[in-house]
This record gives sequence, structure tokens and C-alpha cells, in this order.
Amino acid sequence: MADTRALYEQVILDHNKNPRNFHALEPCDCKVEGLNPLCGDHFTVYVRLEGGRISDIAFTGAGCAISKSSASVMTNVLKGKTIAEARMLFTKFHQMITANPDAPVDEAALGKLRVFSGVREFPVRIKCATLAWHAMASALDGHNNAISTE
Amino acid sequence: MSGSTAVKIDARPCRQSCQAFSVEHIRKDFPILNTLVRGKPLVYLDNAATTQKPQAVIDAINHYYTAQNANVHRGVHHLSQVATCLYDDARQKIAAFLNATVECEIIFTRGTTESINLVAQSYGRQTIHEGDEIIISGMEHHSNIVPWQILCQQTGAKLRVIPFDDDGNLIMDEFDRMLNPRTKMVAVVHVSNALGTVNPIQEITAKAHAVGARVLVDGAQSTPHTAIDLKALDCDFFACSGHKMYGPTGIGILYGRAELLDAMPPYQSGGDMILSVTFDKTIYGRLPSKFEAGTPHIEGAIALGAAVDYLNAAGMETIHRHEQDLLQYATDAVETVPGLHIMGRAREKAGVLAFTMDAAHPHDVGQILDEEGVAVRAGHHCAQPVMQRFGVPATTRASFGMYNNRNDVDALVAALHKVNKVFA
Repeated sequence: MADTRALYEQVILDHNKNPRNFHALEPCDCKVEGLNPLCGDHFTVYVRLEGGRISDIAFTGAGCAISKSSASVMTNVLKGKTIAEARMLFTKFHQMITANPDAPVDEAALGKLRVFSGVREFPVRIKCATLAWHAMASALDGHNNAISTE
Repeated sequence: MSGSTAVKIDARPCRQSCQAFSVEHIRKDFPILNTLVRGKPLVYLDNAATTQKPQAVIDAINHYYTAQNANVHRGVHHLSQVATCLYDDARQKIAAFLNATVECEIIFTRGTTESINLVAQSYGRQTIHEGDEIIISGMEHHSNIVPWQILCQQTGAKLRVIPFDDDGNLIMDEFDRMLNPRTKMVAVVHVSNALGTVNPIQEITAKAHAVGARVLVDGAQSTPHTAIDLKALDCDFFACSGHKMYGPTGIGILYGRAELLDAMPPYQSGGDMILSVTFDKTIYGRLPSKFEAGTPHIEGAIALGAAVDYLNAAGMETIHRHEQDLLQYATDAVETVPGLHIMGRAREKAGVLAFTMDAAHPHDVGQILDEEGVAVRAGHHCAQPVMQRFGVPATTRASFGMYNNRNDVDALVAALHKVNKVFA
């Protein structure tokens, strides 16, 4: 297994300490709570939509450095994106963190999200990194019920 | 031996206990402790989750399948008699180890969870009715909460919970106020897996019996750390797990008072638990067979017997003193780590050091510790109400076993300082 320095990138540590868009967003068009029952992490993702675009997105909750920074970076990246673009990014993000550690990272498509590529070396942390993404995707699907990683 | 040659000697005077107990000698009996984790020696501090196994236990399993395997209680052939004898011997060893009155009070189960479910469904459904009350404590493992919640749903009984204070001591005045003639069962944990608290079982038992209630003790965490004397505890049921006391997984114990077990209906049914079966009528077997339907976990029971032999040879009093000494050393040591808060400071504790850190979430603490070869648990430890009581989502927990030494604690503390550095 790789050194944890590969996991705890400086950007990740920064977003953990100073999470962006870390507040409730009411009223909103959809919100979903994501739970990881094994470690107790829980985040609610709030989304405002305007003409098929994510006009605003925010989150609240508590969790580890990986889950919290992932939620923070996600909200930064998705603001202004279309629903289709958001879904595509989730797919790309998921592919990156579940890929073989030697696989090349599509840096052009992933942009800032590539800081999470270290998660590939730590498979038990995949659920942390994807928790807020699953909640976001579920919100875009029009669900309002909590989702769980289990 | 003073501190033994391989142990790092610190400034604190070594008490009588560690002079008599050679932890370095014990460590040699556990082959897995030679494991390297990314080039660093394994520091195993997750003993409350499961303990490692001494060579004697590993050998017992190996030898059983190499030379002794047959089904028990039915064969006239040589191996069947050998296996039966070993299986029955294991029960006898465990009865003596726990100081039960008679051997037939020891039922083999899959573990503490199954033992508690057995009591809830067999004893509970027969004797607990609508309006009755079941008392548990606020520091129970989920396995001593959910079976009683289900029983309450089935019967209309009411579940009541003894609270605990900020240090993790049960508030006994509240318990006194809860007890009444409707109280039918008090189910409490002996040692909390999340806080390390040792609960006053004898006092609880005496008070519960005074109102006619029965007492079940969850002994999963106490059995590996302290000598269990069931006659002195005077509880009606006691549950524990083999794998937490240096034995294999999949085997556990339910102790029950013979007169209660006798009156209870079977929990599971099938082969091995009957005296006779016709299509009109089945007569159940006597204790303990009545509660051991089907082919049992034979090698598990035999290897648990080997674990008990191993614990007896080391001496439970000695193990207890060693672990108390180590817990004190560890408590003092982790308190030097800035931003670390110990959760659970009960008057009497055993083997568990749970904490939170300002700098990092328990999951991240566990990750950094793992990189240093230090195995701890991060999470809610199947005790979510305890986490809710303290308003934290999770904790990091170091838990000690008989083979841990001060080097292990020093490695833990060094790794905790690294956590602060990474998350500064």
C-alpha cells in the first residue's frame, strides 16, 4: 500500500480544514442525506437548479477528511454545470478512484478532482470519497430519501 | 525478570506484577505478532474487536483435523469417542474457568450475540409479557440492545435504559429508581467495549434479584481481562465469545442457571437436541443438548478449551494486573498528545482506551496509525447510543490484550503525534 501522503494531498487537507459551500441551502430544489453507517459519516447535499443547470450547491454534515474534502471540492466543481455534465463527472470520478493504481488519470476531464486519485491505493476509503457524490446524484434523480453506502 | 531485556525500560518503577509476568515470553506464543505491516512491526491494539491466537490454539485446531475429527455424541467408533471426549472436556474446562456450578449450565453457541438472542427468545418469550419491563444500560453493544427491542415488540414489554455519567460510570441511583416488581430482566454489559467501564455486576444482581428480576451479563469484553466467578457474580445468564479470549471465531458460551435452562423451551431444534422423536411427540434432550441442535462447532469448542488452558497457565489475576498497568501507562502517555480527549474515565476500567482528536476524524486517525503498523479501531464500535451520549460521530479505540507491552503504547503515541503533524 502507498504512503498516506498519496492520500492526504495538500488540497484535500485544505478543503477538510476550510470546507467550501459548507452550509444549508434553503429553499432548494432537491436535497439528499448520504450516510455511511459503518463509520457514521453523514452529509446532506442541497442543489438549486435553473434551466437544467446547477445554479447553486452546498452541503452540511460531518465526516472524515476524505469525505468532507470530497464534498467540498465536488460543490466547487459542479456549480454552474448542467445536470448531464454533473452526472458525467461523477462517472469519471468514480472510474478514477476505483481504477487500478497504475491506470492513467484523465486529467483534462477531471481537473481539480484528480487530487483524489490517491484513493485508488486505499480501497476502504472509496466510500468516503464518493459519499457526497452519491447523495448529489440521488438528489438530481429527484429523490428525497437518505441514501446509504451499505 | 525486571521489565525483561527486550522491553524498553522507562523511568517508571516496574511493579511486582510485571516482574512476575513476562510479556516477552507471552509474545513468542503468538506467531502473528511477527507480522510486518509495510516494513514496520505490527502493533496490534484492536483486541476488543478480536484477539490474536496463541500457537496452542492454532495447534489444537490443526491437530483436531489431522488426527481427531469425527462427529460427536453418536458414534461407537474410535474417532467419534475421541472427538466426543474432547468436546465434553472443553465444556468442563470452560465451566471451571467461569466457576459455574455444574457443567450442563455451559451451552456452546456461535458467540455472545447468539447467546443473548437465545435468552431473549427462549427465556424472554416464555416469561416476559405486556407491561413487564426490561432494563439495559446506556453503554450496551448493539447485540445487547436489539434482541431486547425485538422482544419488547413481540411481547409489549417496555425497555428502560440506565444512564451513565460523563466519566462513563452507570448512575446507580437511576437504576434503583427504575427497579420495580414489573422488572423482569436486567441485561447489562460487564465491561463496555466503547468506554472500558467495568460495571458493578454484583450490586446490580443483588438489587435486581431483590425485585424478582433475572440478570443477564454480557461478558464478551470482561472474560479475556479478568477472572470470572459466576458464583460470586450471582447472575442468571452470562454470555461471552471465544474469539475475544484468544480462541477461535464462531464459538461462544451461554451460561444459564440450570433450573432456568431446564424450564426454557429450545431455541433451535433438530438433531442432537432430542431424547426421542415420533410424529406424534418429541421429547427434548437434557441440558446442555437441548440448546445445541445440529452438529456443533466441534473444533471451535476444543480450541476454546485450549485457549482456556493457555489463560489458566498465564493466570487471569496476572493478566489482569499486567493489563491494568499497561492501561495506566497508556492513559498517561496519550494525554501528552495535544488535542486528544479520552472518552471514558470510569472509576474502574479494563483494556480500552477510546479517544477523539481535535485535528482529525477517527477514520483519518486510524489511517495514519495504520501506516505506522498500529492497528486500532475507528468508528462507533457497535455502540451508537454511547457516541450519541457524548455527541461524537465516532471515536478511535486502542484496546489491549495480554501480549501488548509498553513498546506498543510508545508506537501508538508516536503515531498520534504524526496525526497532529499531518493535520496541522
